[in-house]
Amino acid sequence: MPDVQGLFEQYTAVLIATILGFALVAGALIGNLILSPRQRTRPKGLSYECGMLPIGRGRFQIHFRYYLFAILFLIFDIEAVFLFPWALSFLDIGAMAFYEMLVFIIILGFGLLYAWRKGALQWR
Amino acid sequence: MSPFLAEWWDLRDLGNLVGAILEWISERGAPDWVTYVLSGIVGIVAVLLWAILSQLAFIWIERRVLGRMQVRLGPNRVGPWGILQPLADALKVLAKEMVTPRNADRVLYWLAPILVVVPAILVLAVFPFSPGMVVADLNVGVLYIVAVTSTATIAVFMAGWSSSNKYSLLGAMRSVAMLISYEVVQVLALLAVPVFTGSMRLGDVVAWQDNYNAWLVFLQPLGLLAFIIASAVEVNRSPSDIAEAESEIVAGYHTEYGGIRWGMFQLAEYVAGFAVAATIVTLWLGGWTLWGLEEWVPGWLIFLAKLYGTFFLFIWMRGTLPRIRIDQLMGFAWKFLLPLMLLNVLLAGLEKVVWTETGASAGLVLPAFAVLNFALTAALIVGWGAIAGGLSPRMRAKRPLLVREVGGIYYQPLP
Repeated sequence: MPDVQGLFEQYTAVLIATILGFALVAGALIGNLILSPRQRTRPKGLSYECGMLPIGRGRFQIHFRYYLFAILFLIFDIEAVFLFPWALSFLDIGAMAFYEMLVFIIILGFGLLYAWRKGALQWR
Repeated sequence: MSPFLAEWWDLRDLGNLVGAILEWISERGAPDWVTYVLSGIVGIVAVLLWAILSQLAFIWIERRVLGRMQVRLGPNRVGPWGILQPLADALKVLAKEMVTPRNADRVLYWLAPILVVVPAILVLAVFPFSPGMVVADLNVGVLYIVAVTSTATIAVFMAGWSSSNKYSLLGAMRSVAMLISYEVVQVLALLAVPVFTGSMRLGDVVAWQDNYNAWLVFLQPLGLLAFIIASAVEVNRSPSDIAEAESEIVAGYHTEYGGIRWGMFQLAEYVAGFAVAATIVTLWLGGWTLWGLEEWVPGWLIFLAKLYGTFFLFIWMRGTLPRIRIDQLMGFAWKFLLPLMLLNVLLAGLEKVVWTETGASAGLVLPAFAVLNFALTAALIVGWGAIAGGLSPRMRAKRPLLVREVGGIYYQPLP
């Protein structure tokens, strides 16, 4: 039975920290708005390109390699999410849980090896 | 551990002082939730004040230490030994105009610096500064750290995308690629700790290390090493500050930011640095314990001393190591650290299984594990380095030859 009252008490402090964090940032931003000068000129709104006039659009197509790493990240981060409950409870289940996780990690290891052989880990 | 005197003047736990004040308030007839919320507010304001003051101090320390390491003076004009330089910088940043680029996506552009600071502050709420002195005592502390720090990735990409600047977008893409790669390593390095302690509550982890008189750095040297490397990348510090490699992409994802919005990114970087140092101290270096000294010295002083020591390590790394190229950095995460971290998790699980199945005493098992793990760490680093290096002959062929190997003139390095 989850202890709802205890859960609420634990996370109240997190909620207060969120509110105070936003308050701190808002205070700093408002302080800057009050203290800083404001003079809008047209060249000031240009994007920075080492002093030259910017060429083309600021947003461009992005290389494919980032996509590959994002896919790999998804696989391994989800694996880590699976491992967290295992890490806490595998002693209660017994040594069997350890061997099952061994198989799981070995399969993933082969997946990593496959990606490596295919050249997905090569930054190019 | 000596019993704690619950007197307000007992500085070994600053919570006593706060508790006395709250008791005084509740005696005057305030309902329970008021005192509860007040204790939370007091705790978080204290943590925030500590973080900001430490940051101001460490900006100065870092610049002076870096100056010392690079044989120059560092800031020395504002105040005695330049000690007021961070204050002057903060005031200057506050008085700068906030320029928004004309093509920027205004909502995201404004949101990014806010969303990068708040998670950094949120992480600091879970660390136990001394027994019981913790703002939010979560039972999923380790998972909370991972979850909250990883949201900074989104803010980084928001900043880069919304700026409508080529350097910003490129820097953001590189940063995100780096952050997500090293996040996997970081999570897996953290994972081996709850395998040993059986709890993700940070107070329990420290109590476990105190109980068995074994800091986890002795049981998990490989995990700590990988975590230090990965978190140097995560908090964007040199030697891996590819995001702001000035010679290549100006200032990375915050090229277009100025004024306090730029200051927000700096604040987040420092606060995240403190959070990472606090994670290392809590999970691997025994938190508030120091072999019995905590009975005489307040635990939070020991914790802060260890934290500052760990943070100094990051400054030292920045002063010593050159910046690493992005392909090397990504390859290091996926080809070297990730397989080792998978092995490390399995090793921790195996040791825990052996420990409980044989029912051996902790005094016998833990030293054996410590010796075994240090030997394995050395063997794995050297061995896997050789194997992984051999697996890619293309990489080896591209390695620049040393002057001696080419056969040219070998210059004696300057003393």
